[in-house]
Amino acid sequence: MLKDEDRIFQNLYNDSGADIESAKLRNDWKGTKEILEKGREWIINEVKSSELRGRGGAGFPTGLKWSFAPKEVGSRPHYLVINADESEPGTCKDRDILRFEPHKLIEGCLIASYAVNAHKCYIYIRGEYFNEGQKLQTAIDEAYKNNLIGKNALNSGWDLDIYIHYGAGAYICGEETALLESLEGKKGQPRLKPPFPALIGLYGCPTIINNVETVAAVPTILRRGAKWFSSLGRPKNTGTKIYCISGNVNNPCNVEEEMGIPLKELIETHAGGVVGGWDNLKAVIPGGSSMPMLPKEICDNMKMDFDACVENKTGLGTAGIVVINNDQDIIKCMARIARFYKHESCGQCTPCREGSGWMWRMLERMAAGEATPDEVDMLFDVTKQIEGHTICAFGEGSSWPVQGLIRHFKDEILERNKFDPVVKKNKNIPYLVDQHLLEKENA
Amino acid sequence: MSVKKIHKQQPETFKFNDKSMEAANKIVSNYPDGKQQSAVMALLYIAQRQNDNWIPLQAMKYIAKFLDMPYIKVYEVATFYSMYNLSPVGKYFFQVCTTTPCMLRGAYELVKVCKKKISEKENVLSDDGKISWMEVECLGACVNAPMMQVNDDYYEDLNDKKLEEIIETIYQNKIPKPGSYSGRMNTEPVNNRKTLLGNKNA
Repeated sequence: MLKDEDRIFQNLYNDSGADIESAKLRNDWKGTKEILEKGREWIINEVKSSELRGRGGAGFPTGLKWSFAPKEVGSRPHYLVINADESEPGTCKDRDILRFEPHKLIEGCLIASYAVNAHKCYIYIRGEYFNEGQKLQTAIDEAYKNNLIGKNALNSGWDLDIYIHYGAGAYICGEETALLESLEGKKGQPRLKPPFPALIGLYGCPTIINNVETVAAVPTILRRGAKWFSSLGRPKNTGTKIYCISGNVNNPCNVEEEMGIPLKELIETHAGGVVGGWDNLKAVIPGGSSMPMLPKEICDNMKMDFDACVENKTGLGTAGIVVINNDQDIIKCMARIARFYKHESCGQCTPCREGSGWMWRMLERMAAGEATPDEVDMLFDVTKQIEGHTICAFGEGSSWPVQGLIRHFKDEILERNKFDPVVKKNKNIPYLVDQHLLEKENA
Repeated sequence: MSVKKIHKQQPETFKFNDKSMEAANKIVSNYPDGKQQSAVMALLYIAQRQNDNWIPLQAMKYIAKFLDMPYIKVYEVATFYSMYNLSPVGKYFFQVCTTTPCMLRGAYELVKVCKKKISEKENVLSDDGKISWMEVECLGACVNAPMMQVNDDYYEDLNDKKLEEIIETIYQNKIPKPGSYSGRMNTEPVNNRKTLLGNKNA
């Protein structure tokens, strides 16, 4: 288990308060000016050598991303945008940072905006987190009052303004280009990449977009040194991470742990184990709902970091661990996730708009045992038609988990769905009509 | 993309009151000159707050003029995002999360209670007209599942009994305490905390 002093987010459970005095006791804003005085190059190199990877899901190296921003400010200003549109089912880590560690985030914004030459920073918070946004606003006001941000912040000669922008309940706005569209006051429909936002982003200006947890971790990394951070975990998968453990565990919780901690240890130590014991485990979704689920055999020995997850054909994503035990209907769980994606598809690309609803309807039928065995292969085919044929990664996000279900639990689906339309005794089951599902309650 | 119904009875006019106007001007100043369209989402919220938690078409037209942008663009935004209510909702607007992490811990039990105690169908006002409820997708408090949102506040770690109590409290014109209902502190593991104990005892 990670030592308490190595945890970045000391106030994860709000033991001591989020105000600036308490935050300063936790070493926030300590030596920030000295860090800025070491210069852009040093900051970016230090973040690079800490091997910090983005905590928002894709795991892109943060230092590298910052170095993509143009070195000199041209005719267009630079922007820093913080992605706090946390909507991935299973994930609730940014919420705790926003409400209990806002000063870590604001300090990170100052350092990051200095490193990428931005004088304006927008924090895009999902609309449901209204109270969390208000708490962050209080912290921002405190920071302005103490000259930590604003004109000539910390007397370093750097100006920084931070604004909060509320979303309004669209999952897709967590995708960085959809977020920019939303920030510009449009529908949240993703843009084609390239051009990447680092060159053409918000209002057509160079924009760096980072997740809350990434930016909030940066000040501590720079204070304690890249060596400390990279000594935790293993190469390319360094540092600590907030894991959100939800679902069928005895004590669901958020906990900050070292990268690469075994999944079993994480669940047994911090979340009080699976309901009904480890042997009652059915499957685990390791990284938020868009990552494929894993059966118990793989969970037994899996480590929780980016590369270990990829080796097992899944992904760490946002580290939102959803535990599903044998008391649950695994197909129904997946059908509910598919309904989520059907609801949240922005409707821009046909494969995703049509495919997400198609997958949902098929899975609902499979959960009810009303599908034909052939349809399992057809479902897999549909996922393959979506994946890679859409503008943004939502296509992958909606089809990978279905592929994960078929990869690991195909036998179970086949066992339940023996319906053959030719057999007469089954003919009272409506067949090959999707629309009837819409009429059932709650469907 | 959720299907949204525009309310049949629309008010004739809409105007920001002084408080809304002040808030709107402050929001617009957050964005660069000429990019005032960015403020449309915030302004729709302001209109929604002013108008008993729903947005009439006149408000969209008003905001379009206010921000010097086409009406259809405001309409697009208002219909795209799920948090803008285009028809009236209850004074206490229950949003029950039923996505998988909440479902695993019994979110549909909460839905049953809502059907029994509030109204049989979603988005229909309760008998006294105070409460309406709907199912929503993930609200981002998965380790506190099952949970729901009432107006701005989160109610976490619920079960059917606790939800019944909450609804009863509201029927008696009192506002129940938001937060976790299992007696734990925010997102810590109940009775099983092994980290940051030094801070807890400090």
